[in-house]
Amino acid sequence: MSSTLSYFRQENLPHIWCPGCGHGTVTGSLIRAIQRLDLDKNKVCIVSGIGCSSRAVGYLDFDTLHTAHGRALAFATGIKLARPELKVIVMTGDGDCTAIGGNHFIHAARRNIDITTIVMNNNIYGMTSGQYSPMTPKGMYGTTAPYGNLERSFDLCELAKAAGATYVARATSYHVPLLIDLIEAALQNKGFSMVEAIVQCPTYFGRKNKVGGPVEMLNWIKDGVVNVKAAASLPPEKVAGKKLIGELHNAPASEYTADYDELIAKVQRTYEGFQGGLYGCASNSD
Amino acid sequence: MSDQPKKTYILIVRERYCKGCTICVTFCPKHVLSLRGGKVWAEHPELCIGCKMCELRCPDFAIEVHEKGEELGSGVDDMDLDLPPEALHD
Repeated sequence: MSSTLSYFRQENLPHIWCPGCGHGTVTGSLIRAIQRLDLDKNKVCIVSGIGCSSRAVGYLDFDTLHTAHGRALAFATGIKLARPELKVIVMTGDGDCTAIGGNHFIHAARRNIDITTIVMNNNIYGMTSGQYSPMTPKGMYGTTAPYGNLERSFDLCELAKAAGATYVARATSYHVPLLIDLIEAALQNKGFSMVEAIVQCPTYFGRKNKVGGPVEMLNWIKDGVVNVKAAASLPPEKVAGKKLIGELHNAPASEYTADYDELIAKVQRTYEGFQGGLYGCASNSD
Repeated sequence: MSDQPKKTYILIVRERYCKGCTICVTFCPKHVLSLRGGKVWAEHPELCIGCKMCELRCPDFAIEVHEKGEELGSGVDDMDLDLPPEALHD
């Protein structure tokens, strides 16, 4: 992994995440996927918002941007439009992406702009000491839900699919080889890709819900998911109530920045040699 | 049994990075690792089969597995992993 470590700002390591936090595993998986694709460090831009997960960019030796809460995708859209040749990656958390940045998320997916979003879903707001988030499952506890959470949680993959994302996948911090494969495929997809990584938060989610430490939480996560390929051949009662992992949606469609460049070229062709006057505008005016 | 020699592996631990969360110790299929003084320690490196699950699951980038004889990359052999990198700057 010595070559993996060369993708990190080693003067900032060890990181500040709690012992056993899954965010480090996902960050490592992203680096391994980038390493496999052999991407140029200067052609990758990683953007994040606010939260435990968004600390990841501080440790990565790329051009990185740590932005306002929930606005990572908004900033990333700007970067991608200004410099379409860059590989733009967004690292975000469940609170950042689904609550404060929910609107940015669905509209980035709707535009199908070429951004790879990695959502680290730890089911809770970890940085601010464990308030429940839109991804906290119903009945689970949080600092602001001492008697159990009443609200239903999002199915983020279904949301992304419905909003128009062209690559949607889910994995966990237990299934790391799968996670690396999915991130690699998401990075290669031209269009909006979303990989949801279910991670453990032993400090707030595990303790508050009496799940246990990192190891018990990983086992709990493993028991709560089933691979989408295995689910096809399993009886329905074994799949009921479990989340599906694997590649859930892959439907390539025309990409936003490519369409944008095409539109610019088309308008430039139309107005080539335009000297002023009513040419081309006459039909629009009364 | 095949005639191929058994592969052996080297485990490199960065104790400065390890936080002792025991993920690698618990999920190692061959029980190679253990905890000593709150940090991970390769107790039985000869049992390692090189599945690299400890390396992949480690949230702290504290452990890595190399096949013996493999190119380790620049400066790993002589690097003092207990020293923080900023200490190496003048």
